[in-house]
Amino acid sequence: MDYRLQRQNINTEPFMTKPPQYNRKSIVMRTDKVYKCEIINIVELTHLEKLFHLKILNRTERRIFKFRPGQFVMLEVPGFGEVPISISSSSNNTEYIELCVRKAGRTTSVLHQAQKGAKLGIRGPFGTSFPMEEMMGSSILLIAGGLGLAPLRAPVYWVTEHRDKYKDVHVLYGAKDPEQMLFTYQYDEWKKVNNINLLTIVEKQGKGWDGRTGLITELFKEVSIKPDNTYAIVCGPPVMFNFVCNYLDGLGIPMNRMFVSLERRMHCGMGKCCRCMIGSTFTCVDGPVFDYWSVLNLKEAI
Amino acid sequence: MIYKVITKNEFKKFINGLIGENQTFGPKQVDRRADGKAVYQFMEVSSFDEMDLNYTVTYSSVKNFFLPFKEELSHFKFSDNDWEQAVEYRVNPRVIVGARPCDINALAILDKILMRGAFPSPYYIARRKNTFLIGMDHEPPEDCFCKSLGHDTVHRGFNLFCEDIGEQYYLTINSSKAFVFLKNVKAGKPTKKDDVKLIERRKLLRESFQARVEVAGLSSVLDIEFKSPVWKKWGDKCLNCGSCAMVCPTCYCYGIEETIDVGMKSSRKERVQYSCNLVDFAQVAGGHNFRPLKEDRLKYRFYHHYRGFAENADDPICVGCNRCGRACLAGINPREVISDLQMEG
Repeated sequence: MDYRLQRQNINTEPFMTKPPQYNRKSIVMRTDKVYKCEIINIVELTHLEKLFHLKILNRTERRIFKFRPGQFVMLEVPGFGEVPISISSSSNNTEYIELCVRKAGRTTSVLHQAQKGAKLGIRGPFGTSFPMEEMMGSSILLIAGGLGLAPLRAPVYWVTEHRDKYKDVHVLYGAKDPEQMLFTYQYDEWKKVNNINLLTIVEKQGKGWDGRTGLITELFKEVSIKPDNTYAIVCGPPVMFNFVCNYLDGLGIPMNRMFVSLERRMHCGMGKCCRCMIGSTFTCVDGPVFDYWSVLNLKEAI
Repeated sequence: MIYKVITKNEFKKFINGLIGENQTFGPKQVDRRADGKAVYQFMEVSSFDEMDLNYTVTYSSVKNFFLPFKEELSHFKFSDNDWEQAVEYRVNPRVIVGARPCDINALAILDKILMRGAFPSPYYIARRKNTFLIGMDHEPPEDCFCKSLGHDTVHRGFNLFCEDIGEQYYLTINSSKAFVFLKNVKAGKPTKKDDVKLIERRKLLRESFQARVEVAGLSSVLDIEFKSPVWKKWGDKCLNCGSCAMVCPTCYCYGIEETIDVGMKSSRKERVQYSCNLVDFAQVAGGHNFRPLKEDRLKYRFYHHYRGFAENADDPICVGCNRCGRACLAGINPREVISDLQMEG
C-alpha cells in the first residue's frame, strides 16, 4: 500500500543557480531575483529629481543586462519597495546605467536619502522600446513635458551616437518653471555638438529666465515639420498627450510614426500583477512605448 | 485518458489511504448562514467522514491553495552596508479532494496565465506541481451559471475526476500518479452499462442549470458600451471592499508589500492578493489615479473577466461560479450587470 506523494522540489532545478534573463520571455527563471548594484554617483538635478548612476556588481549579470531606449527597470530598495523607473542612459553604456528618479512616494523618498556606495537591486529591462532603426533616414521630433525628458534621454543618446543616420532632430521640452528643468548641463552639447534643435519653454517665469514662457504647443510655431518624413516621440504628464498628439495628427504625421511612453502603477513588470493594465493591455509587457494608433484603440489610455 | 469505475466503499478506502500518507484538504461545513444555509470551506481533514462531498459550493475557491492571500517572494538579510537576497519556493505535497469542475477550469485558466505567459511564475508552478487534485461533479446550485460560460464540464487541470453514477464513481484518470495510487484499491474497467449511466448523469446535470447569462458577443458589447450608464448604476452601489476578488477562483491581480523585520536585520518581500475595486489599485506616486471613480474600477473588473486580457489570448476568465455575487455586500451580481449590458432586462 503506497499513497505517499513525492515532493517535487523545484529549488534544485538548474534555473535556480542561473541569473534571471529578463530579456528572454517564456522560460522559467527566478522572477524576483534582483541584480545587485552599487550607486557609483549621484547627480542632483533639481530639488525633486536626482540622477543615480548604478553599476551592476556581478560581471555575468552586467553582461546579460542589455536594454533598448524606452525600456524600464524595476528598482528595488531592499526593505522599502520596488518602483518602475525608465532608463535614462545610453544603451551603449555597458558599465553603468542612469536612472532619473523623482521624490514622489515612500520608496523614492528613501532612495533620495541614499549615499554613494549604497547597494540597490534592479530587475529588467522590461517593456517595449522606441524603433530607433526604423526611424533612420527620417527627421525626429522628441517632445517632453516635465519628468518626461527622463525616458527621452535614452533615444537622444542613441541619436547623438548615430547622428549621421537621421535628418533634422528637434527636442521640444516644456517644464513648469526654470528650476524644474532637467539635464540643463547637457543642452549646449546637444545643440552645438550634436546639431539638435533644442527648444525649451516654461509655464511660469522664474528668476534669471530669459527664454520662452507658455505651453509646450507654443514651440510648434518655431519648427518646420515635414509630416511625410518625420517620426515623433512624446512623453509627459497625462494631460499633455492629448493636445500634443492631436496637433501632430492634424499636421498629418501617420499614427504609426507617433510614439508615446505611458506611465502606470506597477508591482511586477512581468504582466502578472495587472496593476498597469490599460484596457486589455499590459503597460509593462506590451508598453510602455506604444504607437498612437494602439493608444487610440486602448480604452482609458490617455 | 484512462477511465475506470470504483465502488463508493472502495473510493472511501482510497481517500483514507491518501489522507493517511499526505496532508489532505476537503470540503467541510464550517458555519451556517442566517438563512440556515450551510457554509463550506476547503479545510484540512483527517478522515473521509469529515468531508461533505455533497457540499453545494465553498465560500472561497481552491485558488487560495495556489495563490495564497499572502506569500513571501524573497527576503533580504542586512549586514554592514550590504544585503543578500534569498529566493526560495517552499511547498509541501498535498491532496485536495472534491474540487468542482468550475474550480478546476479556473485553475486551467490560471495555468495558462501563470505557467505559460511571458514570465512563468515559479511560485505557482511549485504549488501546482506539489498538489494532487481530485475533482468531483455535482448538481449545480441554483445561482451558478458556469454552463453559460462552458465551464460546467472539465477535461484538464486535475489528476483524477469522479462522476457519480449511483453505486459507483466513474473515474477519469489524468496522471500517472493517480493511476499508480489506484492500484491500491479495486477499480475496474467501465462496462457498457456504466457508460450509459455516465451519459445519463451528465445529461441530468446539464439540464438542471437554472441560472444563465447571455455571453454571445459580450466582448464586443463591452468594447462598445465602455461609456454606458450601466457602469454608473452598478458602480454607485460598489463599496470598494474587494470581497469579489478574494473569493473569485480566477482573480490573480496582486500587490507587493515589503516589511522590515523587528530587529532591523532582515526584510520580507511579499505578494498580497489585491482587488481592482480597491481605490488605490491604479494610483501612481504623486497622487494621480488612473481609475478615480467606483464605476471605472467596477467596469475594469468586468472587462478583465468577460473580455479578457492579452496574456490570456483575450479569452474571458470568468468561470460562472457566482461566488462574487454571493460575497458582494452591496448586492452586485454579475448576471444582472451583464443582462443590463445586453439590454435583456
